[in-house]
Amino acid sequence: MKVISVEDKLSVNKFDIDKDVHIRIAEDICQTCNHHACIYVCPASCYKLSDGGITFSYEGCLECGSCNIACDKGAIDWTLPRPGFGICYQYG
Amino acid sequence: MEQEFDAIVVGAGPAGSACAYKLANAGLQVLVIDRGKFVGAKNMWGGAFYGGDLLNLLPNFCEEAPFERYVTRQKISFLTEEDCLSVDFASPKFKEPAPHGFVMLRSKFDRWFADKAQEAGAVVAPGLGADDLLWDGSRVVGVKAGSDELPASVVVACDGANSGMAQKAGLQKELSSEDMKQGVKEVIELSEEIIEQRFGLSGKEGIAWEFVGSCTQGLPGGGFIYTNKDSLSVGIVVQLDALVKRKVQANDLLEGFKSHPEVARVIEGGKLVEYSAHLIPVSGINMMPELSRDGFLVAGDAAALVLGTGLILEGANFAVASGIAAAETVIEAKERGDFSNESLSMYRRLLEDSYVLKDLRTFRKAPHFLENPHIYNLYPELACDVARRVFIGDGQPRKTTWDNVRDSLKGRASLLQILPDLWQGKGAI
Repeated sequence: MKVISVEDKLSVNKFDIDKDVHIRIAEDICQTCNHHACIYVCPASCYKLSDGGITFSYEGCLECGSCNIACDKGAIDWTLPRPGFGICYQYG
Repeated sequence: MEQEFDAIVVGAGPAGSACAYKLANAGLQVLVIDRGKFVGAKNMWGGAFYGGDLLNLLPNFCEEAPFERYVTRQKISFLTEEDCLSVDFASPKFKEPAPHGFVMLRSKFDRWFADKAQEAGAVVAPGLGADDLLWDGSRVVGVKAGSDELPASVVVACDGANSGMAQKAGLQKELSSEDMKQGVKEVIELSEEIIEQRFGLSGKEGIAWEFVGSCTQGLPGGGFIYTNKDSLSVGIVVQLDALVKRKVQANDLLEGFKSHPEVARVIEGGKLVEYSAHLIPVSGINMMPELSRDGFLVAGDAAALVLGTGLILEGANFAVASGIAAAETVIEAKERGDFSNESLSMYRRLLEDSYVLKDLRTFRKAPHFLENPHIYNLYPELACDVARRVFIGDGQPRKTTWDNVRDSLKGRASLLQILPDLWQGKGAI
């Protein structure tokens, strides 16, 4: 069976993406992180490893909060999108 | 400051809508705010709802609610890479005297439930999120939502697993990844006929199907399939800290699960229509926050009222029951004109007297027991191996079942390894 990537899965979802970024990361802290837990716990693959550090994109965020709980380095400034924006589950 | 609302309910999930519906029916002024663009936009689950709480609260539930199917079969399967050993329980008791379980999709159901609260007189405001609490000394007196300050006699936090409100009220400490499971799910569209054919269902019959074993690569958690009317909910639930230790994403587990022969054949030809994720607080009473303070109550997932026994993982019925108990407490507090913590402590007593805290206490050791990796690798492998030996002959003289079990154990585990599991399991699940 063909494996479907997270990106392809997210493309079927309905989002109302805000221009405001609701999660910010401190890239300098991520550079020194020894576990990069965010990569594994984010179900939307918003966190990607790049040159030993992390790049983050907020658009596909499913607002589960896993990254905020798993990051023990204080590198994630986590909030929810403004009310009305973000993921809009049609099924749930 | 004029108190326009008796209660502000934060979050229109099952806890929030149950609470608001009950309060509005008693004639209280209730505002429900929800940060979704529409009610249900942020909510997902496995999903089925169990028990009679909704039927008691909403007598026309079966006729009116947008549920997908009844749960008429409950199946649990132990998986290895290739094999699958199942217990498939069917009983007319699932439907008699009243239906016991409903397969539902949250986005539809939550909207309907909030509409019911609105019809009863509650004001439901989607697109409005609570940013902070309003305080008068140590008493909560409302919420801040954007530039609005919304005063109320009591705030009921029903804002889910990541309860910002319970944390801002100083009741819930920072959450830990050992206390949370992550659920990821695909909704896969298939025609009603194909679903009924593949699962042997007719009419509104439906299956709740849980999986343990290779679907989580031996990590604490499991897989699930629920039959909706014309789609399947297919997903994985897995311990959050285990993903980090194993360096794997839940989606990789989900893809592996979908490729298992027993799963692949039921989802074959289906079309992915949604991919969703959510956290589940799973440490039960061990992580439950204080449930009230002056002017403030917390219910549902926000209070970690979720029961995991290994065979079931239920939260929505606990959410509804706690939302109703919160409403009963607020109704009496309003009569007394007293919203102090002492007055609101009736809420805890109601939950202590109901199945909500009784169940969480009975299974208080289950969360720790369920971290045992043997449950997810050794035992499913043993079960399938014994079944292979019993059911698939190799032309050699047969052995007794006991000898098959003994041969199966050889090289896998000794009795000394298994006995402590049995002993711990006895007290936990």
